Amino acid sequence: MELLGNLWGELWAVLTTLFAAAPYVIGYILIILLMMVIWSGVKRLVTPKSDYGSLKTVTFGDESAVTSNTAASVVSIVLIFVFWGAFTGSKLLPGFLHAPGPFVGDGSFEYTITTPAGDSDTATVSVVVHPTGEEVDAPEVTEGDGIAKNDAVAIPVYRSELLRVDNNDEMGRDEETFITAVDGVAIAPGGSVDVAFGRVAMSDKGTLNIIPATGVQMEPIWLPSPEAVWSRLGEIATVGYRNSTLAEHLGYSLFRVIVGFFLGALVGIPLGYAMGLSNWFRGWFDPIVEFMRPVPPLALIPLVIIWAGIGEVGKIILLFLAALWIMAIAARSGVSGVRISKVHAAYSLGASKWQIMRHVIIPNSLPEIFTGARVAMGVCWGTVVAAELVAAEKGAGMMIMVASKFQSTDIVLMGIILIGIIGFSIDMLMRQAEKWLVPWKGKG
Amino acid sequence: MSGLQIDRLSMRFDLPNGSSVQALKDVSLDLKAGELLSVLGPSGCGKTTLLNIVAGFLAPTEGQIILNGHKVTGPAAERGMVFQQGALFEWMSVRENVGFGPSMKGMPKAEKAEIVDHLLDVVGLQDFKEKAVYELSGGMQQRVALARCLANEPDVILMDEPLGALDALTREKMQGLVLKLWKETGKTIILITHSVEEALLLGERLLVMAPRPGRIHTEYRLPFAEMGVGKDLREVKKHPKFGEVREEILGMIWDMEEEIMGRTEDA
Repeated sequence: MELLGNLWGELWAVLTTLFAAAPYVIGYILIILLMMVIWSGVKRLVTPKSDYGSLKTVTFGDESAVTSNTAASVVSIVLIFVFWGAFTGSKLLPGFLHAPGPFVGDGSFEYTITTPAGDSDTATVSVVVHPTGEEVDAPEVTEGDGIAKNDAVAIPVYRSELLRVDNNDEMGRDEETFITAVDGVAIAPGGSVDVAFGRVAMSDKGTLNIIPATGVQMEPIWLPSPEAVWSRLGEIATVGYRNSTLAEHLGYSLFRVIVGFFLGALVGIPLGYAMGLSNWFRGWFDPIVEFMRPVPPLALIPLVIIWAGIGEVGKIILLFLAALWIMAIAARSGVSGVRISKVHAAYSLGASKWQIMRHVIIPNSLPEIFTGARVAMGVCWGTVVAAELVAAEKGAGMMIMVASKFQSTDIVLMGIILIGIIGFSIDMLMRQAEKWLVPWKGKG
Repeated sequence: MSGLQIDRLSMRFDLPNGSSVQALKDVSLDLKAGELLSVLGPSGCGKTTLLNIVAGFLAPTEGQIILNGHKVTGPAAERGMVFQQGALFEWMSVRENVGFGPSMKGMPKAEKAEIVDHLLDVVGLQDFKEKAVYELSGGMQQRVALARCLANEPDVILMDEPLGALDALTREKMQGLVLKLWKETGKTIILITHSVEEALLLGERLLVMAPRPGRIHTEYRLPFAEMGVGKDLREVKKHPKFGEVREEILGMIWDMEEEIMGRTEDA
């Protein structure tokens, strides 16, 4: 029962987060829909269509009438970068597209103190908000007349500062003299007042907390701007990170994937053929393969680390296992999928068993094997990154894991983008290879 | 001893549920070299089983097949087979498909090319030589299958409903082609079909089989195949005797189907 209660609490937390995000998601969708309306109007004007598809009156539900709209894809990608730029204050975007940024520059506010006798006086606090990492001193100010004296403070952007403005006043807390107003607006402990550059709040003990406006942009340590990620890419490509250049990190990851995949295919394909051609082999390996297939390769990482350590051997064993079962199953179903009439035809044309294997069974199974290879490459790429996250000396996963420990969000983002691009390229290459090498796929 | 002897063939096998099936019972037939035999019958009469036994893909439980004096024990190049469809190798071009048999024998390239060219001429696919087979229409694919079978110079050609999946017009053209090839090559041909008309047109001899157990019901010797060679097959169909035999066979198969239905209802 307690468990159910806890789970319900967790679920509620998830739901409230989702609800909080909903307005932004809806805004995004509305922008896309607006683009769609604009684009369809533009297209009607620019290219009057006259192909067969344009004559279809039934398009909703007609699968063949639905193709990926290139314009929508371009909008999709551009929009991601525009949002990224807008919320990081990117210099690649014109200023009017920026989301409101944090306050940077000079500001000031006045505070009023009241003595137990009922006298009050006002002083000015000058505030300088400066970019993070710069050493800026508080401006020099004259103390001014009266019991309240002027103050000055320098605050790094996105930070706030607790300032005991009454420290230099002639009468302070010890004399029962308290701050009663900021910029003429009454304030009490726990309250706050909006000022020109942000907000001034008062702590429970009566100290002013100066909070310059942060805007709605992301701080670089959470989300760096696109150009920052780009320049970090250049730096890591040339200088390197953790004693290895970017090419070395990615090269090691790719090397592991390729070696692991080829070893897996080298063993898995003949194994699959044997399983597809012999009862005994099928019975022998079915329990092993059927058990190992649903075990995610990631679950093997701890065991592989215990047995083989965190070096190349362990990684390659892991990827070998990831590819092995997929390739074995693909080859097995490739062999099982051969039409008996093809085999019969080949026998009655005088082919021997070996010739049937070479000229009928293998070519007939190649499309399945290619599909399996595509899946296996994808799984291997995912597995190698995960394995490197856990423990590695070099590699794309290790790079982003270490970077995350130092809050180097730019490296983490760059790594994720590169991992995505490489995974996508691998899949594209496999598809091309499939088109060249097995053009008869799906034509049997 | 030339020709094909089907000698008291019986075929019986157990089903997983313990009952057994008598697919064929005591089927005997003597086929002389160069004869054209068509086999008709309701589904379940064992005609495909018979063909598979002749091809050597199945072993009979009793009886034997003798071809040119020796016993058939397995598939071999002397008995070529043409399937309904999907038996072409889609990873090979039309030329490679037709040349498959000669390639398996290790025939020299020039000799093989000559045979392939000749057969593609015969079936009218010379222009499609380098095409992939999946780029061809169904009728063209069956012509490739015929040519592939002929390229191997078999003594007997076994056809398992080779024209079953074709549209009516293409089918008629292909029937003409089968007759032409039969006459020109002088091969022994066994053709299984569902169509009574096709069986009449393409059968010098016609076998009507009956089901449960699969057996020979009636045998005909017909003049239509000889009449149809090189002629318009529609003319042959107008022959008074053609209609007469057709009605007789249809009635026969109708009765068998009725009997099966009746028996199923009883059970």
